[in-house]
Amino acid sequence: MKALRAESRAAGLFLAPALVILLVFFLLPVVAGFALSLTDFDLYSLGDIHNVRFVALHNYAAILRSEIFWTALGNTLYFSLVGGPLTVAVSLGAALLVNAKAACLKPLFRTIYFAPVVTTLVAVSVVFRFFYHPRFGALNRALGAIGLPQIDWLGDPRWAMPAIILLAVWKNFGYNMIIFIAGLQAIPDELYEASRIDGAGAWRQFRHITLPMLGPTFLFVGIVTAIGYLQLFAEPYVMTYGGPLNKTLSAVMLMYKEGFRWWRMGYAAAVAFLLCLVILLATAVQLRFQDKPERS
Amino acid sequence: MNRRGNTLFVNAALVIGAAVTLYPLLWMLSASFMSNGEATTFPPHLIPHAATLDQYRQLFIRLNLGRAFLSSTIIAVVTTLVSLLFNSMAGYAFARLRFGGRERLFRLLLAALVIPGQVAMLPLFLLMKNLHLVNTYWGAILPALASVFGIFLIRQFMLSIPQDLLEAARIDGASELKIYWSVVMPLARPILATLAIYTFMTTWNDFMWPLIVLNDQRRYTLPVALASLVGEHALDIELMMAGSVVTVLPVLLLFLALQRHYIAGLTAGGIKG
Repeated sequence: MKALRAESRAAGLFLAPALVILLVFFLLPVVAGFALSLTDFDLYSLGDIHNVRFVALHNYAAILRSEIFWTALGNTLYFSLVGGPLTVAVSLGAALLVNAKAACLKPLFRTIYFAPVVTTLVAVSVVFRFFYHPRFGALNRALGAIGLPQIDWLGDPRWAMPAIILLAVWKNFGYNMIIFIAGLQAIPDELYEASRIDGAGAWRQFRHITLPMLGPTFLFVGIVTAIGYLQLFAEPYVMTYGGPLNKTLSAVMLMYKEGFRWWRMGYAAAVAFLLCLVILLATAVQLRFQDKPERS
Repeated sequence: MNRRGNTLFVNAALVIGAAVTLYPLLWMLSASFMSNGEATTFPPHLIPHAATLDQYRQLFIRLNLGRAFLSSTIIAVVTTLVSLLFNSMAGYAFARLRFGGRERLFRLLLAALVIPGQVAMLPLFLLMKNLHLVNTYWGAILPALASVFGIFLIRQFMLSIPQDLLEAARIDGASELKIYWSVVMPLARPILATLAIYTFMTTWNDFMWPLIVLNDQRRYTLPVALASLVGEHALDIELMMAGSVVTVLPVLLLFLALQRHYIAGLTAGGIKG
């Protein structure tokens, strides 16, 4: 009994530094953020705290009525709903290739495909900015070489977001690929052998063994990707600053501009909480899907 | 024949994928050694006509990127070392010390993982302003000194340390601190290596919080400095590529040197979760 008490006291000491940091610099700010979203905190409040007034849900009402918020949310969902599945598909394809029995030099390809994941997002956004340059960029030169029309990737409202999605796929597929490879290696070989005896071809094996067995991996990858993509910020900040015509303005960028450029911090905090709600919803929806796996 | 065709297809696809993946990085590297304007000349070429260090010289001498490099290094190193200590202590407590409400507290922390960091940033900035930590390294470092992900990763690993080993040390009269430092930490070396690399890279690459809390040019980290250079030097492609190389190369080399520790640890954390 005494030993156990000593153990809990030690646990308290071991936990204290990390918990204090998380409490003071994360959990309390989250709670304070909600309180902030119920006020009209702005530039004047930054100068003198007495200028803050409680406005209840006024910020939320104002945001839901504002066109710019729906634009930003729409852009963020576009990026996540197109970019997310595309990234997961490319990751799975890369994992299947690297993991294939016929593949040579597996560790080398795995390293190459993973390399973009560790690069600095701001730096590769700078690189892709020139990659997409309408006259000098490699992409348009390649298009021109095969006789396709030139596109002003980051200047054309229709193409700016697809261009950012392409960067995100390039940057992120390697991470999911690693998770998929681990998932693939956990599938017992006997399953494939048994189905081969039953005369199943490669496609049927993929459809009826690989995909179902990767269920938990899909869930993990899907949730992590969705949470990350809904927080889109650095790519548009560096490449387009939200333009053209606000077509790449993301929810986080709207929060950043309102909060730290115009110092409308109450309003920005409400934007942040609405985004948080969207992220929770996206996570819940995916968990729900996993609860009812399709039977085939 | 069919099998040969399959082998050919798989490897050809792998090579094409690798070329597409590497191309932006190789182009960045090669353009950084070109003289002004060469990257936009026709026909495009990957090998500089006359490799030069002009762009790097300009970055470090005229634009003072060395200072940003130093800021990035200080922030990343301090964050990595201290957070490794804090996260491993907490992870150990959650894995191997018995106390009331342990599982509930741990689940609570895990639940916090779905809250995006941006929700905390506005009040965090006001907090830092009141503590006079805006524009200081501490402003960038303090919030990163503990992370739920780090605690989680360490805990999962330490669950595999046999309880008997710790009991034996206790019976020998070792203090809890000594057990942690001389028994647990040496056993946890693989996961500590993973977390150290991961934390260093995340901190080095981080953009949004440093952008917010460091608004004095002299304190900029590399990504923030680079993003501000884009505005002024939008057309100096070769210069911007050199800046990108300076920013990316340290983490890329670190990854290449230590990738075994890094990748193995990440999948362990991902799958067991």
